[in-house]
Amino acid sequence: MGRLIRLDRTGHSTVAEWNGTDGDGSAVAVEAFREELERGMVASVSYADGTAEVVRELPLDAELVVLRRPIAGG
Amino acid sequence: MDAAPATARGAAAGGGLAEASRLHWREDASERTLRRDGRRWTAWTAWIGGVFVVPGALLIAIEPLTFPAAAICFAHAWAVPWIQARRGARQVVPIGSERSAARRAGADGGAEGVALGLLGDLVGHAERDLLRTSGLALQRGELGAWLVGEQGAILVRSRGRRADCWCVRVAETGELPAGDRVAHLLLALREDELGFAKVANLGFSGATWRVRRQLPGRARPALDAARRAARENRCGVNHSG
Repeated sequence: MGRLIRLDRTGHSTVAEWNGTDGDGSAVAVEAFREELERGMVASVSYADGTAEVVRELPLDAELVVLRRPIAGG
Repeated sequence: MDAAPATARGAAAGGGLAEASRLHWREDASERTLRRDGRRWTAWTAWIGGVFVVPGALLIAIEPLTFPAAAICFAHAWAVPWIQARRGARQVVPIGSERSAARRAGADGGAEGVALGLLGDLVGHAERDLLRTSGLALQRGELGAWLVGEQGAILVRSRGRRADCWCVRVAETGELPAGDRVAHLLLALREDELGFAKVANLGFSGATWRVRRQLPGRARPALDAARRAARENRCGVNHSG
């Protein structure tokens, strides 16, 4: 079961969920993912070793993909 | 989840911070640039000390009765570096501190709790306890040990002797809860440590003890933990470049 969440004013919101690489859920998730990226969000996948990676295509084998806003120097 | 060193995996895979790649006019960050900037800060601090201490000492040597004026010079020599360290330490903003988003008027307690829950899931077990007590997230990196707050981060390096204070934040915070602000920065740091250092603005670099005494009391154990992590050489693997 994969989950795409967006960090927002509520803490975080679930944008899409999917089960495996096939089915309607994954197609909807891919579309929602693209829309979020077009809105300027950055997608990140965390790994068990504490690292993370920016992704530009939705990895359907990931358990959790986090959408965050860009950062900037203060 | 273990908190192993953040790596340049994202950058190596061509998926580094887009925020960093957009800053084409800025020099890429590396261990070399950090060491150079650290030396510049040390030289600047020594210069400030000299600029005020030497005239003060000369005044006393020429006429001891000018001691009050000399004292003002000495006070400046002490105060300017103190203010710089204070400014650097205050940029970080631990969760729950005076300037935290969690304490702003109209903060949503429910959202703050949800954000803290997610942030707790992102960090390791030991780091979770430290986050709860200090309001700062500890992340071991290849440059050193990082402490991430809502509006900045402290990098402890040189085996715990030097602390660099970075000003970096979510570009459009909106009404983001405090935990999410830290989660944004933590994810970006994990994605591309060097890119993170390129995006962030260095506000101070100096001895770790100078930063420690400017932090809120509850945040000091986090700096001590970062010093230990840096000293134990559990981070500090060389980056290329």
